[in-house]
Amino acid sequence: MFQVRIHGRGGQGVVTGAEMMSIAAFQGGRHAQAFPSFGSERTGAPVVAFCRMDDHEIRLREPIMEPDAIIIQDPTLLHQVDVFSGLKKDGYILINTTRTFEELGIGEFVKGFQPNHLLTVSASELAQKHVGRAVPNVPLLGAFAALCKLISLEAVQSAIDEKFKGAVAQGNKAAAAEAYNTVMNQAAKETQHA
Amino acid sequence: MLEQCEGSHAVAKAVALSRPEVICAYPISPQTHIVEGLGEMVKSGDLTPCEFINVESEFAALSVAIGASAAGARSYTATASQGLLFMAEAVYNASGLGLPIVMTVANRAIGAPINIWNDHTDSMSMRDAGWLQIFAETNQEALDLHIQAFKIAEELSLPVMVCMDGFILTHAYERVDMPSQEQVDKFLPPYEPRQVLDPNDPVTIGAMVGPEAFTEVRYLAHAKQMQALDLIPQIAAEFKKEFGRDSGGLIKTYKTEDAETIVIALGSVLGTIKDTVDDLRAEGVKVGVLGITSYRPFPISAIRDATANAKRIVVIEKCFAVGIGGIVSRDVRSAVRNRPQPVLTVVAGLGGRAITKTSVHKLLLDAIADKLELLTFLDLDWDVVNRVLDREKSQRRSGPIAEGILRDMGNLATQVV
Repeated sequence: MFQVRIHGRGGQGVVTGAEMMSIAAFQGGRHAQAFPSFGSERTGAPVVAFCRMDDHEIRLREPIMEPDAIIIQDPTLLHQVDVFSGLKKDGYILINTTRTFEELGIGEFVKGFQPNHLLTVSASELAQKHVGRAVPNVPLLGAFAALCKLISLEAVQSAIDEKFKGAVAQGNKAAAAEAYNTVMNQAAKETQHA
Repeated sequence: MLEQCEGSHAVAKAVALSRPEVICAYPISPQTHIVEGLGEMVKSGDLTPCEFINVESEFAALSVAIGASAAGARSYTATASQGLLFMAEAVYNASGLGLPIVMTVANRAIGAPINIWNDHTDSMSMRDAGWLQIFAETNQEALDLHIQAFKIAEELSLPVMVCMDGFILTHAYERVDMPSQEQVDKFLPPYEPRQVLDPNDPVTIGAMVGPEAFTEVRYLAHAKQMQALDLIPQIAAEFKKEFGRDSGGLIKTYKTEDAETIVIALGSVLGTIKDTVDDLRAEGVKVGVLGITSYRPFPISAIRDATANAKRIVVIEKCFAVGIGGIVSRDVRSAVRNRPQPVLTVVAGLGGRAITKTSVHKLLLDAIADKLELLTFLDLDWDVVNRVLDREKSQRRSGPIAEGILRDMGNLATQVV
């Protein structure tokens, strides 16, 4: 089982992001379960959503306390919420930011993690560019697809089509694709250098 | 067809496939997405013929459903928590009049203190109201139970409450197998009422009944629920024949055959318990699970038979009767009466407190080591409790309890889960 915890703020599409991730995993033939942290939703308040994926039926209903991957939609949460709580040592960290892990002040903390499991993406900027609103959930999903390789870009695109229509769907699909391709190209370059 | 969707959406579609003719809606979390989904289907013409009636309260929602059902329409509504309490008088009327309304209860705690999260206090408060109560373990089962519920209700001419855990199921995205309209039509024939308000054949429904006949009317309500003990498994078998799935029935067992310890629970927590049982089995601990699907009628014989060889029974319930203890476990005790096996009550998951595998694992090992008391509150924070008790001892104006506890605990926004 692979477990993802998404941290963000009310209005950033955290819950929708987890739901789309589960749809993408389902498209890929997996069992998936997405659920919110069930708080009283308020714009700007910290929000958590979860997604589990497995090749078997998922029966477990507890919140994800030891995630395999953490997606942080708003880096200001780093100073407010213990977002890395329970993250496995070989886990993945994906942050929506234009800064580096060092610049975010967590360079020391992430030293114990595998470098190719750490990723920052300027998801808000990508969303602003393609959708006209800085809602980072979909570009992060594209980046997650490239980072963890558990869901395909095509499945993400298809999940976007289930959730959105018309121009919003088109914009989100373009944003997901650019995030995905940026991460893949970056990874390819790093492999060449290595 | 397989699809990945929200539990509320799955239920809305299952209700629509059952061709309700009247839907009464009043919003309350965590049920709202269900009636919203149905509202959209009626508006778009996908669900027709169907009257979607926005009402002014839960009391009105069920009252309108009663009127519609008495007029011969297949009627549906949904509610939760305080909403169910607000319609309490109509809840008794629907069953007393024998009207086969189906109502979803998206299980949620009852205040005060106000709390929107999941537990079973709401539907348990109506356990003696004469409705059948069936509990869903997964979204697939919630979907399936709604289709079965209309059939059960109409066969008996009694209302059925389909209980599904609020948020944990209603707001969870997972895989469901959505049946086709043809399949549902084949399984669920059009509603043929036993009693109907028909101007061409006028009758009275709801007459006053005095001491001369009230006991008989009440006894017949009980007799019908006893009939349901045969009908519910029969309809589950018919359902399996048509849809190929095990859903519904009175109880379901998991690894109970040789189990020395049997855990009994209702609803979505059964999944977490089954995972814990697998872990314990791997350690060589003989433990199994019994899920109660039909809570009303209460399947005394089925539970008695399924637990015959167990050394102990642990009932994990998301509700409790203040001043005495367990609710489900008291019913389980009556099922296993005259047997030496202890029935241990564990109150868990109140107001959305997560029931974790770690806690259930430790709990069951404690039960097996005879370290559990008859009444246990899972993961109760004694420090928090004792601080309040100390404050009440030391000062007369100790203040409101809930707010005092929140102050003691500090900033909760920093917590992850």
